[in-house]
Amino acid sequence: MQMHKMLAAATMALSLGTSGLAHADPLKIGMITTLSGGGAGLGVDTRDGFMLAIKNSGNKDITVVTEDDAQKPELAVQIADKMIQSDQVDVLTGIVWSNLLMAVVPGAVAQGKLYVSTNAAPAALAGANCNKLYFNAAYQNDNLHEAMGEYATKGYKKMFILAPNYPAGKDSLTGFKRYYKGEVAAEVYTKVGQTDYAAEIAQMRASGADGIFVFLPGGMGIAFMKQFAQSGVKIPVMGPGFSFSQDVLPAIGDAALGAKASGQWAPDFDNAASKKFVSDFQAEYKRLPSIYALQAYDAAQLVVSAAAKTSVKNTDAFRAELLRADITSPRGNFKFNTNQHPIQDIYLTEVVRKDGVLTNKTVEKIFTDHGDAYAKDCKL
Amino acid sequence: MTRENLVNILLAVALLAAPLAANALGQAFYVTLATRIAILALAALGLNLALGLGGLVSFGHAAFFGIGGYAAGILAAHGFSGEPILFGLPGTVQMPVIWLVAVFTAAVVALLIGAISLRTSGVYFIMITLAFAQMVYYFAVSWPAYGGEDGLSVLVRNQFPGLNTMVPLNFFLICYVILLVAIALFALIRASRFGAALQAARQNEIRVATIGIGPFRIRLTAFVLSATITALAGALYADLNRFVSPSMLSWHMSGELIVLVILGGVGRLFGPVAGAALYVAFEFALGSLTEYWQFVLGLILLGTVLFVRGGLLGLFAGKARHG
Amino acid sequence: MTFALALEQLLNGLQLGVMLFLMAAGLTLIFGVMGLINLAHGSLYMVGAFACAAVAAWTGSFWLGLAASLACAAAAGAVVELVVIRRLYDRDHLDQVLATFALILIFSEGTRWLFGSFPLYLDIPPLLQGAVQLPGGGEYPIYRLAIIAIGALVAVGLYVLIGRTRLGMRIRAGESDREMIGALGVDIRTLYTVVFALGSALAGLSGALVGATQSVQVGMGEPILILCFVVIVIGGIGSIKGALLGALLVGICDTMGRFLLPQLIALLLPPAQAGMVGGAVSSMLIYVVMALVLAVKPRGLFPPAHV
Repeated sequence: MQMHKMLAAATMALSLGTSGLAHADPLKIGMITTLSGGGAGLGVDTRDGFMLAIKNSGNKDITVVTEDDAQKPELAVQIADKMIQSDQVDVLTGIVWSNLLMAVVPGAVAQGKLYVSTNAAPAALAGANCNKLYFNAAYQNDNLHEAMGEYATKGYKKMFILAPNYPAGKDSLTGFKRYYKGEVAAEVYTKVGQTDYAAEIAQMRASGADGIFVFLPGGMGIAFMKQFAQSGVKIPVMGPGFSFSQDVLPAIGDAALGAKASGQWAPDFDNAASKKFVSDFQAEYKRLPSIYALQAYDAAQLVVSAAAKTSVKNTDAFRAELLRADITSPRGNFKFNTNQHPIQDIYLTEVVRKDGVLTNKTVEKIFTDHGDAYAKDCKL
Repeated sequence: MTRENLVNILLAVALLAAPLAANALGQAFYVTLATRIAILALAALGLNLALGLGGLVSFGHAAFFGIGGYAAGILAAHGFSGEPILFGLPGTVQMPVIWLVAVFTAAVVALLIGAISLRTSGVYFIMITLAFAQMVYYFAVSWPAYGGEDGLSVLVRNQFPGLNTMVPLNFFLICYVILLVAIALFALIRASRFGAALQAARQNEIRVATIGIGPFRIRLTAFVLSATITALAGALYADLNRFVSPSMLSWHMSGELIVLVILGGVGRLFGPVAGAALYVAFEFALGSLTEYWQFVLGLILLGTVLFVRGGLLGLFAGKARHG
Repeated sequence: MTFALALEQLLNGLQLGVMLFLMAAGLTLIFGVMGLINLAHGSLYMVGAFACAAVAAWTGSFWLGLAASLACAAAAGAVVELVVIRRLYDRDHLDQVLATFALILIFSEGTRWLFGSFPLYLDIPPLLQGAVQLPGGGEYPIYRLAIIAIGALVAVGLYVLIGRTRLGMRIRAGESDREMIGALGVDIRTLYTVVFALGSALAGLSGALVGATQSVQVGMGEPILILCFVVIVIGGIGSIKGALLGALLVGICDTMGRFLLPQLIALLLPPAQAGMVGGAVSSMLIYVVMALVLAVKPRGLFPPAHV
């Protein structure tokens, strides 16, 4: 695909329709996230983590407008259009889901707006189709799955792997297999939104696998973990961090105990920035932050750090400041790769009960300074 | 001039005047919003043909809306990349060609779905159309070639001879003209012998059958026509958002199309326009007020069904004439 | 593939079918008696699950939660019937679809308002934890066997209620001739409220039972609602017997499809692709079954005589 030519054409064509230049230096951020329906928990954490960093910055020139996308791609596009054309925001952020991100980002960057992703990181925007106005503060979708592949190689000979039948699910299993060197007992794709996993669990029992890797975000993961615990099958389960993140752990309950996961951060990280983040978040919102809150917190820190140095009206300078990633992230090492996705350490975590609350405990480091497989195709 | 005609003319003028004014004031976003209204109105108008005139409550029109959208998305993707689609057939970025393909594809699919579904009636028809739409939905979610659940981005809006479609007002005008043509077509069909037979079949199937008209063929024709109009709207919707995804095919979308028709007034010429305008306005205004906006939307919808029979047009233009 | 695995999958299909029956029975009962399509049936399922989770968290007892789910769903159903539904009986299906679609929005966002955006915790009771040995070496969770048993009890209970009691007699009479039983002095308005509350209670019960194995979250009723419509349409709308057989057919088809189709396709394609294609085909399977049934029998397998 001749992406650059297309984007240039799009930018030219779109700039005809939008021309709004402000003169002052205030920075306006448009946050589009999921605040209603079944996926609202993730959006609420994203919003809260982001706003915490904005509040902590004390920067009064930054305003954030937030709107609910109801997890509908078309609505997200409409809100993005409104924020760009009517609210005249400078930076967009907040989308949780890959499919909504794919709907919004190409149009937003074509109109010259920066997008800083707090979560979704589809492969499609990390490789040849990367864009200088698109940053990802979380990871690349494959990263956490790759880490589990690396971990599983050491201790497991035959893995049963399972994900929903959609692009992020395929990315997940591809990422896992990229680093897993043992035998794959079976590779199963389930229906998106499936709530009953009895048939798959029976296959797991019969497969003779010595480990199970599942990527089932949100309610799907809650259902799977409970049913797996109830089935009496004793094979160890592992998955990417968000399968056992703070937003779903209370709902899974003790069924999650002992599950291994990969993450770029866990609430028990022993550094000052992480401790401050966790205690600030708890003081503000009366709950433990999830990985989504952390990612949004860092995304906001990035924008704040760039805004402190230069005006957002100077897109190139602002972008260069973002790229320097001059922040203290609770996750420790953090810098941007050539494709503007993070290079960071990834850890193995385990679900434990601490002070009566289920949470993730850091076990060991899996990857140091890990980038992604697509950066080499990105020509920025 | 009847009161309904007056209301209709007012609606048509308002839908044109609002974006023109917004454009003059430099508020491009409101042009986009009006475009969305025009496209959703077109989609609902398609449904209104089957539902309002024929009494065929299709709970699966999202399938046709999405097929139109995917026709636009897939053709445009291939038009850009230059790779042929199948058997060396090229893609295209020309809207008129895309529209033809969207309409033709939807017609073929509607013929198949209709031929089976129209053997049933009542609630069974509602449910079997839903089932077919779900099949198409799950197919789109799981088929990896065109993005699956993530959908397919169309980076640059497709082209129309002699117009820069990236200028919001130009694209609005294209959609507006198509909407007016479709409304005229709807009026012609309603007044034709075919339309009379279709409405008669809704009111009394046995009587129609006894005078030698086969209700099945009439209904199938109406269903296919209805699907093609909705598919055309889907193709425009893909160009509006520069994006298609399975959510255009979801049962919520089917539900929303029904909502638009009922809000405006079932079987009324401008019902879909009134319904779409009201719905988009609500969604837009409530969404920025409260994160519980769907709760309020639910109450408003409920109030409309229970207390405003005949929808908006029923409220402002009085009862429909039986024709 | 071993015998034990096949047997286990068959049980899984049976259990999914029973679960669908619990939901579908209420839906089809309401349609049969009042001629009403209720899209909000899934919301009552959600109400049951949330009530059970909240009460279980508060008291520590799943069983009290289960009782609460029945009571809350029945109460919610009765209120909805009194305020909204009874205005819809003489409307066409179109108005019913729209009004109950609006009810879904109200219930979902209302629940989120009360309980917040995060899923709730609900576990199975200690009594039903663990698994039993199956012949052939497999194991099967006791809780799922209990669901099958409860489903069977409900099926028998409904059969007795409708076939052998005074209320059931009125329900049957209501199904066949509404005007007539009204004229004979039966209080038809109360009868309708009772039937709607009964259907709602069944939805709430299944929500609580299923909630213990899944995620208790807003919107949980919608995927299952669509499945239930498939079930009652296949079975013949209004027929309890049809709902039972339709539910079992759908449950077994869906489970066996998920289990067998990827393996069949693996004979033709490499494993990764077979997984994807198999997943795609099996997710469409029950809709294909439904279309086939309706193409041959346009009013389902067991159409009630009068509808």
